[in-house]
Amino acid sequence: MKQFIEGSKAVALAVKLARPGVISAYPITPQTHIVEELAQLIADGEMKAEFVNVESEHSAASVVLGSTATGVRSFTATSSQGFLLMIEVLFNIAGMRLPLVMTCANRAISAPLNIWNDQQDSMTARDSGWIQLYAENNQEVVDLHIQAYKIAENKEIMLPVMVCMDGFILTHGAEVVDIPDQTLVDKFLPAFELSDKLDINNPKTLGAFADPDHYTEARYAMQVANDNALKIIPQVADEFKKIFGRVSGGLIEGYRIEDAEQVIVAMGSVVGTIKDVVDELRAEGKKAGVLKIVTYRPFPAEVVYRALKDIPQIAVLEKAVSLGASGPLHIDLKSVLCGREGKISRVSGFVIGLGGRDITKNSIREVFDSLSKEEVSCKFVGLKLG
Amino acid sequence: MAEAFKTLFSPGHTACAGCGQAIAARLVVDTAGANTIIANNTGCLEVFSAKYPETAWGVPWIHSLFENAAAVASGIEAALKYLGLKDKINIIAQAGDGGTADIGLQALSGMWERGHDILYVCYDNEAYMNTGVQRSGLTPFEANTSTSPIGKILATGNLRPKKPMPEIAFAHGIPYVATASVGYPQDIQRKVKKALAIKGPKYIQIHVSCPLGWRHAPNLTLDVSKLAVETGLYPLIEYENGKLTQVRKLTKVKPVEEYLKSQGRFKHILNSPDAIKLIQAIADSNIEKYGLIEKKA
Repeated sequence: MKQFIEGSKAVALAVKLARPGVISAYPITPQTHIVEELAQLIADGEMKAEFVNVESEHSAASVVLGSTATGVRSFTATSSQGFLLMIEVLFNIAGMRLPLVMTCANRAISAPLNIWNDQQDSMTARDSGWIQLYAENNQEVVDLHIQAYKIAENKEIMLPVMVCMDGFILTHGAEVVDIPDQTLVDKFLPAFELSDKLDINNPKTLGAFADPDHYTEARYAMQVANDNALKIIPQVADEFKKIFGRVSGGLIEGYRIEDAEQVIVAMGSVVGTIKDVVDELRAEGKKAGVLKIVTYRPFPAEVVYRALKDIPQIAVLEKAVSLGASGPLHIDLKSVLCGREGKISRVSGFVIGLGGRDITKNSIREVFDSLSKEEVSCKFVGLKLG
Repeated sequence: MAEAFKTLFSPGHTACAGCGQAIAARLVVDTAGANTIIANNTGCLEVFSAKYPETAWGVPWIHSLFENAAAVASGIEAALKYLGLKDKINIIAQAGDGGTADIGLQALSGMWERGHDILYVCYDNEAYMNTGVQRSGLTPFEANTSTSPIGKILATGNLRPKKPMPEIAFAHGIPYVATASVGYPQDIQRKVKKALAIKGPKYIQIHVSCPLGWRHAPNLTLDVSKLAVETGLYPLIEYENGKLTQVRKLTKVKPVEEYLKSQGRFKHILNSPDAIKLIQAIADSNIEKYGLIEKKA
């Protein structure tokens, strides 16, 4: 049913539809509305789940680690500093192959302290083994959460999935969102069955320690699972489309890139703004386009290459930076495109929108304009120096 | 020949000879029985009992990280509640003294405060033994450890007394808090059994000698552990529902020197009457505080 609602509430309703049995969280802006809404749904008897209020994000992640290992579908959400406090557990959850789903309401990292949006927090977990999906708008937020459980729990994957949504811009933004029917979600997402779980009738040891004879193979198995995810994520999106009648999710989405000469590659809510600029530029006769990365980990190298190989000028626009190098997505893209056949002449990197600075259409136009000039690897857009 | 003793903690693990923690952990799980799920912090016990592809555990057992067993156990409890199985299954979270009193204290405090139906067991061998005998918050006053070493200028061992964990547990208002010692195996069994019959958060801290870290012969584990109790340095107590309900009375109090001289970690103070006096004062204070001596009418 279509509703005009806040992004956080949409997340809560999507999570409710996935029927998790345990939710645990610790408050941090801008994630709070999500878990408040879930607590209310439980308190109102509209949802059957245990809500565990914990004393830190480290424990929130640990609680849902324990509940998932007991075979119960679980959920948590966090942002920024809370994400960093969780990160030790996040690596552990992935290594233990527990198919948890969480939301990262993307927010900047301190210092300086800043509560507003960028994507530096989830970027720090890009090597963790978690699958990372980035949403452009709140419809996609809803759809990705429902798909996330199906991806995570696929026997060929068995990795946790985080849905990343831009803090405030999406979490606190209200728009019309179609909330799917429970019967359709139940058809799409079967009940959770975990084969290796904590069960007194079949006692198993989980989280054993591995010496050098075994550790590499355990990590290799995670890499294989990531490769499998690249095949399965598009299948899940196809199945989603069949049941819900909507294209959503998948690995990437190209917008007006077929004959484009200039393309910006980006993730999250900024893609919507870039699409508007692309439309304006097209109206002016310029061949512009945008490539949205939905699945950032595993990185869909081959489909990205195929989408971009004939585009002469490429810009990566991102809300994070690997300080001392360039933006993480820029680094990934360079490694994918380097030395490959095609018409690519430059891949420039731009950092924008840090700590909630507004990204205007003009600043995106500047990026398109500068693409015809020399290649840059880490240009901060809209710097106010001096 | 009698039937082989069945245990849920199999032999063949890689603990050191004379490891007090291994003995206590077996007593705990065998007392709890097969209807038990264990969450274990990182530490000696985890490393010597669960090295892939082998395991000593006959119950469902999970290890995640150094500091989060209390939170992981909280999640297991929530999941069992959701599944309607909670009343049929014991949940035990367990860790060493560093994983409990230092790095894991926040998660443990949260578990207590939220009232989860979980027994938390701390195996207190009084230092970070797994990483090579570094001092922890439960290392006793004056103990020589690798991070409170006896140097040419700084010639004292650990400068601080033990963190009062049982009192910290008690202050959370949980229904059961007890200390125990591997020197008294039946007492451990009794306390675990009692704790598991109580609903809510429980805390048992078991003094377990580490021959390697305490520097005594491996065959003296139980004797040395007993001496800690007999001198008053490790009082065996029980708090139930906000009251001190039981203490192990001492019929003959031994001088702390007997305990100190049994271990290499206190060797540097054996010729220092002043240092021994300070440790005797800790024992005397325990005897007074917990009423460890039977008062004759």
